[in-house]
Amino acid sequence: MSGHTDMVLVDKKGMRIDGRKTNEHRPVHIEAGVLSNADGSAYLEIGKNKVLAAVYGPRECHPRHLQDPTKAIIQCKYNMQAFSVSDRKRPGPDRRSIEISKITAEALEKVVLTELYPRASIDVYIEVLQANAGTRCAGLTAASVALADAGIPMRDIVPAVAAGKADGHVLLDLNKEEDNYGEADVPLAIVPSTDEIVLLQMDGNMTRKEFDKAIDMAFGACHEIYDIQKAALKERYAVSKEDDGDE
Amino acid sequence: MEKRNARHAREIVVPGDLLDDSGMTAGNNAYVRDGKVYAGILGVKNVYHDAVGVIPLGGRYMPTTGDTVIGIIEDIGPSNWLVDINAPYPAPLHVNEVPWKVEFGDTSKYLNIGNVVMLKVLMVDESKKIQVTMKDSGLRRIEGGQLIEMPHSKVSRVIGKSGSMIQMIKNLTDCRIFVGQNGRIWVDGDENAETAVEAIKIIENEAQSSNLTERVENFIKKRLPQKKEDDGEGY
Repeated sequence: MSGHTDMVLVDKKGMRIDGRKTNEHRPVHIEAGVLSNADGSAYLEIGKNKVLAAVYGPRECHPRHLQDPTKAIIQCKYNMQAFSVSDRKRPGPDRRSIEISKITAEALEKVVLTELYPRASIDVYIEVLQANAGTRCAGLTAASVALADAGIPMRDIVPAVAAGKADGHVLLDLNKEEDNYGEADVPLAIVPSTDEIVLLQMDGNMTRKEFDKAIDMAFGACHEIYDIQKAALKERYAVSKEDDGDE
Repeated sequence: MEKRNARHAREIVVPGDLLDDSGMTAGNNAYVRDGKVYAGILGVKNVYHDAVGVIPLGGRYMPTTGDTVIGIIEDIGPSNWLVDINAPYPAPLHVNEVPWKVEFGDTSKYLNIGNVVMLKVLMVDESKKIQVTMKDSGLRRIEGGQLIEMPHSKVSRVIGKSGSMIQMIKNLTDCRIFVGQNGRIWVDGDENAETAVEAIKIIENEAQSSNLTERVENFIKKRLPQKKEDDGEGY
């Protein structure tokens, strides 16, 4: 959205620089339960993004003043590793990561049955190991798998994906180049069973028509990612079942 | 949670999965939207009478009134102890709820930080405030033996149908075993304690498979060849 480039992001045939079509998302791989010390965890790769999410709780809420006597609170920490981008990222929380932590927590709050655990807190940690645009969506997708893996009661699992505009084309799931040199970026997260929107942001400019098209594409992709999330969770327990039989 | 009468095919469901749309009611860990029942947790689908619910595969232990649990003393106050029972909340144990007469401020003479105690959950109110008691038969401070921790969702397999599994282990190994609903299990016994612990570990690892009692029984008998069948009835 900021820089300019002579790069042709979308060629005449509608092919993008990484060989995708305009309405295609990057390949997604999700694994649930990768960490043993956290209550729940998930590892996610979408294209070149690598994200790790871990969940603790519900547990007693510290600091005390954040407690809510009617429901559990969700505390989220989104963090990018220093080596996650090509220039070293200065470690520690910054304006961007605080914002992403907040919107992720708010998106998850909509699906977690927080009223079952008054005064407790559910802590979600998202670590970006490698970033290639779309990490907030990747982080949220991984975090909701980790929450389900932790056995936390929730209405549904949240998938998230971004859509945007680059080179005058509406594109699904922007990569680094398309994000940097494109015109708009619209991350979207939904509750698939009701098609409610739990996260929607927009950076850049689009016409109303383009926006509608972007949202439509992102909705479709969210449902595809949702199936991958469910498969990852089911696979975790299907595998452990087979292992048990062998022992 | 332990109602598993009709054994259907074990179907793993994730939150948001449709469980039923033919008008059944929502059981444990399920919710209703537009007359359809959806899963509210990762677990195994469970149909019981006309309710469909989910048996969780993991998650935090949530105490319910009447549970027997094993707790570890975490903190001491002048008239109570704070006990960690693996729940999201600390459980206060008041001096009135212990079998001794405790003077105000003398709490540390009876139970100290790190001590392990058998407890019963006296009450859990709607704001999830927990009260536990030691005033019940068999509840006491634990000394000696071994403490095993496992996910609380697997405890029902350790106990077995109406206690068949745990009774079998007790009979064969001659150990004293106390199973807390919160996933803590205490084992004490002579040379056979190791075998009992290993048997419980097997149950933990293979909690999802069937015919467990038989296999665990065979395992224990193999480990205790010197023992004759007839003197296993002790204890």
